[in-house]
Parts: sequence; structure tokens; C-alpha cells
Amino acid sequence: MAFSSISILALIAFFIFAQGVPLIWRVGPASFLLGERWFPSHGSFGILPMIVGSFWVTLGALIVGVPLGVACAVFLCELTPPSVSLVFRPTIQLLAAIPSVIYGFWGLIVLVPLIRNNLGGPGLSVLAGSLVLGIMILPTIISISEDALHALPRTFKEGALSLGATHWQTIWRVLLPAARSGIVASVILGMGRAVGETMAMIMILGNAAQMPRSILDSARTLTTNIGIEMGYATGDHRQALFATGVVLFFIIMGLNTLAIVISRRRRA
Amino acid sequence: MRQPLNWVWACVFFILPTLLGSCQKPQGGLTVVGSTSVQPFAEVLAEEYMSHHSQGKIYVQGGGSSAGIQAVRTEAAEVGMSSRALMPDERDLIPVPIAYDAIAIIVHPSNPLTNLSIDQIKGIFSRQMTNWKEAGGRNHPLTLVTREEGSGTRESFQHLIMGKTEISLAALVQDSNGAIRQVVADDPNAIGYISLGLVNDRVKALKIDGVEANVENIKKRRYQFVRPFLFVFKTQPQGMAKNFLDYILSPEGQKLLVQEGLVSVTTLTGSPREAQRPKNA
Repeated sequence: MAFSSISILALIAFFIFAQGVPLIWRVGPASFLLGERWFPSHGSFGILPMIVGSFWVTLGALIVGVPLGVACAVFLCELTPPSVSLVFRPTIQLLAAIPSVIYGFWGLIVLVPLIRNNLGGPGLSVLAGSLVLGIMILPTIISISEDALHALPRTFKEGALSLGATHWQTIWRVLLPAARSGIVASVILGMGRAVGETMAMIMILGNAAQMPRSILDSARTLTTNIGIEMGYATGDHRQALFATGVVLFFIIMGLNTLAIVISRRRRA
Repeated sequence: MRQPLNWVWACVFFILPTLLGSCQKPQGGLTVVGSTSVQPFAEVLAEEYMSHHSQGKIYVQGGGSSAGIQAVRTEAAEVGMSSRALMPDERDLIPVPIAYDAIAIIVHPSNPLTNLSIDQIKGIFSRQMTNWKEAGGRNHPLTLVTREEGSGTRESFQHLIMGKTEISLAALVQDSNGAIRQVVADDPNAIGYISLGLVNDRVKALKIDGVEANVENIKKRRYQFVRPFLFVFKTQPQGMAKNFLDYILSPEGQKLLVQEGLVSVTTLTGSPREAQRPKNA
């Protein structure tokens, strides 16, 4: 059973590569990855704007999500009585179960007009995307960071307190540094979620295939590039979308490997 | 002992769907594939047709104009739908216009502008103009909205209005007529283009070179940004394909299309060449 499911995944991966790699080869890896012009119908396949778009949106999501998420994990682990966290924990896990299209819809209806009316620009922007993604990665960051904090030996906390440190000093100077690798792993997994998010981003990023020059500019990520154009793509255009998938594949593989390595090191 | 059993499982998982898939090839049905702009209209027509004719089922699928044309050529489908004129290398196929659809330039209803010239539209969509004031409007940066690469509506807009001028990469991209209408309806400074049939009171269609986009002007050929909705066949349609086409071109079928917001083929009685190459702007 396990073997057959792995072989299905392997076949899918093989298919993506078989479709995408020939085009990357034909266009040239350098001009595919570093080209700034995306006009598939005229034979220009440069996905640098999408790579940069993915990068900025993900970075923005981390700026929003990491402080909030880690703070929330500390709150659940250290500052609340068990009865409160018993209610909070499932609520936060429920956040992860909300389909991304709903986050996107909320962003489109609430955030986008807010940004357009107060900050200018089209509203469909990197800023709106980052805020929504930041919220979407919260459950991942909170639950994994919280596990890391819980896994610390009680002696760390007791030792620090007995040396006269306040509760806050203990959290800031002892517990957080000790749980660092787990927290970093949670951030990287959150990053993977952010890079892979598609539906919500199609709805609120505006999808312009250009380099975003400010956080109020529209952008396109690697995933939305595939999502928005697959309907009509044929021939080289379709292969270029698979090639985008190949790039995405490597980015996600890299992030996950990094997360695994870091959390292994914690256990060792 | 467990290894070979897993192989059996793997085979079952891969071969069974393939077998089932090949069994599902519609018997006595008609497959219509292509443009997502034409698809909703074809679905209405198919539903109406099937309610009158008991035998045979019509399968309407999207995929895009180019995909539809490709499907007809490879005989994967009997009928292709296209929302753009056929390209020179597609001339071996038989296009039949089932209706016409105009492309309207839309802005927010609060926008004081009512008219743009072709050159202004080109300037705006290529982003040589970035502020409404350059086109005689209020002093505010404009938001450009376009369809994605490969869309039939985008190709028609490019061909009929933009000509050789490229649509700016800085434009927001939405993947349907409805999504463009939504963005323009929400943003007081946006401009986009959609099917005339889909213009409602939440957006305002601009005059182009002083000509209003309406059925009257399309009939008189004063509003020229009209594209055909085509059914594409590999050979002269026969059997069920012919029956369905006859139904669509009948007064009843055309009435249905007009109700849905299109311009009937009888309104614009063009020569067959018309279908292959709409008037160049």
C-alpha cells in the first residue's frame, strides 16, 4: 500500500519533470529563471518576476506571522492556565481547517478596499497578500512552536526561576533560545505553506507579471502563475507552466529538507 | 511476500481507471469543447436542445479556444468553440459563427470620462499613460486590468484594438470576464475590457471614438470591436452535430442567445469570410 502511494507520487513528479524540463532546456535555464518578460504567446518565458513575487509575499507573511505566532505559542504554553489553553488550542487548529478560498475572499472584500482607500494603489497588492498569508500560516507556526516549548525539560524553567529570574526573563532568555530549532522549523514549514498557497493569492495579489516595486504593487507568485493561466495554455505555454512547477518543486523540497535537518539537530 | 502484492495494488490503481476511462467514451453523444467565453452560452443551448430531443447527450467542456480547435483537429471532439477568429494556419477547419459578441472597455461608474479614442486606449493599456488626467479625466493614477495570456478575449482585444502595441506587464491580471468586472466595479480608478453581454450597472462601458457600445451600433457596423463566437468543425457537420447547429441557428436558438446578451448572427449578416477575419480596426 505504502509502496503504491509512493509510486503514484513518483509518477506525478516524473510527469512534471518530463513536461517542464525540456522547455527549460530549450529556453535556457538562465533566461528562464532570470528573464523578466513573461509573454508566453510571443515565446518570452522569464519567471524572475514570479520568483521575486513569491519571495516578497512569503517574506511579508513571515514578518506578519512569526512574531504573532511565536508570541501566541508562548502565551499558550507559559502564561495561561490549562483551562484557557484547552479552549484556545483547538480554536487555533480550526484556523488551519478553513479553506484558503475563504481567506482570499475575506482579503478581497475587507483588506483590499481598506488598502486602496487608505494607502492608494489598486489594493490588490503584496501588502494584502502578505497580511492574509501571515494569518494563514499562524496555525502551523503556533502548533509546532508550542510543541517545541512543551518538549523542553522542566528543569530549564525551574533552574532559571530558582536563580532569581523573573517569569518573563525565563521565557525570553532561557526557554525561547532553548526551543530555537523547533521554532525555526515551524517558521520554515510556515514558509512552505506560504510559498505553496495559490487560491487566496490569485484573488488578492492582482497577478501582474511584473517585478513589484513597492508593497502596494500587484505581484504574481509561482503558484498563481500556474493557477491563472492553465485554463488556456497549450503547447509551449503549457510546458512553461509545468516548468514553473519544477522550480516550485525544488523550492518546496529545499524548504522541507531544511526543516527536517533543523528539527533532527534538535533531537540529537 | 509483501512486495509482489504491492505491485498488484499499484497495477490495479493505474490500470483500472484507464479501463474505466476508455469505457466512458460517450456513445451517441456529442462533445463540444473550447472557449470558456462561449461555454456558458453553449451549456444553455445544450440544455435547451436536450430538453426537446430525447436521444443523445451533449457534453460541453471548457479548455479555451485553442484547445477546442486542437480537439477538433485531432477528432477528440466533434465541435470546437472559439471566441476568436481562426488563425491563418487553422483555415483547414470549418468555422460557423453562432453569434457575435462585442468587447467593451469598462470603467467605474463614478469615472467622469465617457469616451476614449483608440490611441488613448492603446496608450493606457501599454502604460504610456499612467494617470487619468492624461486622457482628460481626474488627476489620479489609473489601475489597468487585463485577462491572462492565452485567453480568447485577450487575443480579440489585442487584435481588434491594440494591434501591434503590447499590453503592459504591469496590468493586473484576472482569469475571467466576471473577475475583471468585479475589480473594475470595486476600484474607482480601474479600466478593463469584457464581453459587452456581461456589462451591468456596476460598471460603465466607454464610447470608443465617440461610438457607444450597443446592439444598434453593432448592427450598423459603427461599433467595430466585434468578435465572432464560432463553432468549429473538421468536416461538414452531420448527424447530431448538424442537428445541434441547426437548432442554434434557428430563430429559437438565436433568441436564446440574444436573451443571454449576445448579438445574433442574423443581425450581422456577414459573408463567411467575416468569420475568419473580423474587420481590422
